Amino acid sequence: MVDVWTVAAQTPDPELPMLTLADLGILRDVREDGGTVVATITPTYSGCPAMREISLDLRHRLQQAGYADVTVRTQLAPAWSTDWITEDGRRKLAGAGIAPPNPLGQHTGRIPLTLTARPAAVNCPQCGSSDTQQTAAYSGTACKALYRCTDCSDPFEYVKEI
Amino acid sequence: MTHDTPYEGLSDESDDHRWAFGTGFTDPLEGIDTSVPPGVDSAALGAYCLMLGDDALVYSHRLQQWMTHMPELEEETAIANIALDLLGQARMLLARAGKTDGRSEDELAYFRNEPDFRNVRLVEHHDADFAELVARLLVFSTWRLALFESLAASKDPVLAAIAGKGVKELTYHRDYAAQWVVRLGDGTELSHAKLQAALAAFWAMVDELFRPHEVEAALPGVAVDSAALRDAFDVVLDTVFATAGVERPDRAPMAAVAGRTGRDGLHTEALGYLLAELQSVARSHPDATW
Repeated sequence: MVDVWTVAAQTPDPELPMLTLADLGILRDVREDGGTVVATITPTYSGCPAMREISLDLRHRLQQAGYADVTVRTQLAPAWSTDWITEDGRRKLAGAGIAPPNPLGQHTGRIPLTLTARPAAVNCPQCGSSDTQQTAAYSGTACKALYRCTDCSDPFEYVKEI
Repeated sequence: MTHDTPYEGLSDESDDHRWAFGTGFTDPLEGIDTSVPPGVDSAALGAYCLMLGDDALVYSHRLQQWMTHMPELEEETAIANIALDLLGQARMLLARAGKTDGRSEDELAYFRNEPDFRNVRLVEHHDADFAELVARLLVFSTWRLALFESLAASKDPVLAAIAGKGVKELTYHRDYAAQWVVRLGDGTELSHAKLQAALAAFWAMVDELFRPHEVEAALPGVAVDSAALRDAFDVVLDTVFATAGVERPDRAPMAAVAGRTGRDGLHTEALGYLLAELQSVARSHPDATW
């Protein structure tokens, strides 16, 4: 039997199916205790509509692997950050034509206001050019922005750093 | 997993088979320790969560009403996602409020009348145009971001966690709104005039955001002192207004009535119409099931 973390970790994310829950960094903990498995996940955004799907997928996957008694819990703190997307996850995003997030900026004191598109530099996942521009601050999901490559003219999505 | 009908799939593995609202929704705080920390007034904590939850619930609904009316698809997805973030914040806050007195998130959202809502009056109004939408969003998200930044250090770990998550979302909401305010204010003569008029339209309701409340006073170290947020708010607004080339409106604050404002259940006429729409399906078909 494959160990319980590996089973849970390989569950694909319903909205970014090229990533596993572990790639995305939303699987916090998987614990087996006296025949019960408790898996802990964290939402990417407060309104994430996929939490229930993720929870059901996790449970089915673990049950298929032979763990009958599965509980899925939510954890809010520390809040998810795109910095938790693994290197593997970043490669898979780029491979699917989605620009992976830049590292989260650091600041001290109050969060600074940004009056221009950020980040300034996003590389085109198709041709690698850094000559790109944001066309919309949000996309099909809250976690992505729309960009366009000025070199190859391809539109693409960028996973915003949060 | 196969089902005879798609409806079965929707209600799968959940005891909640109500379809009109809350279909298959799980508790947004499931598995989180929601016990009230020792020394914290449970009733005041519930009331405080209701205030912050109602702000987000009511405003999210107003933003949702913009759907299919936005000038461009790109802005429509932006407002839809912002409304969704706020709805998520509202769900967690209402769930937190409900745990202090045994009411469910759905009961709180769908089966309270206007006087039981605790949102600020700023969020009740229908935006007259796109300028008013982005101007109000700037004011709301700048205020709420400042509030949540402080709330992330709350002695209540659940409130702190909800705020800590919300901060990341509100940062993007504020930037989105601020960038549009600059574009309109620094745009054409017409866009400038519309933005200036939009600010004037609701400015009377801005002061209420910073009005201290007895519920906050009953929660030292847990709640944020509203009055203390004014400086952080003003710094951001002054920057945006200076960049946009618009003036801060000179408007007398909307009065409290017998000392009561939105936080005490005293609302404008607009809230009743909003709730009528928000609650109509749940009230027409209470406990409807598949």
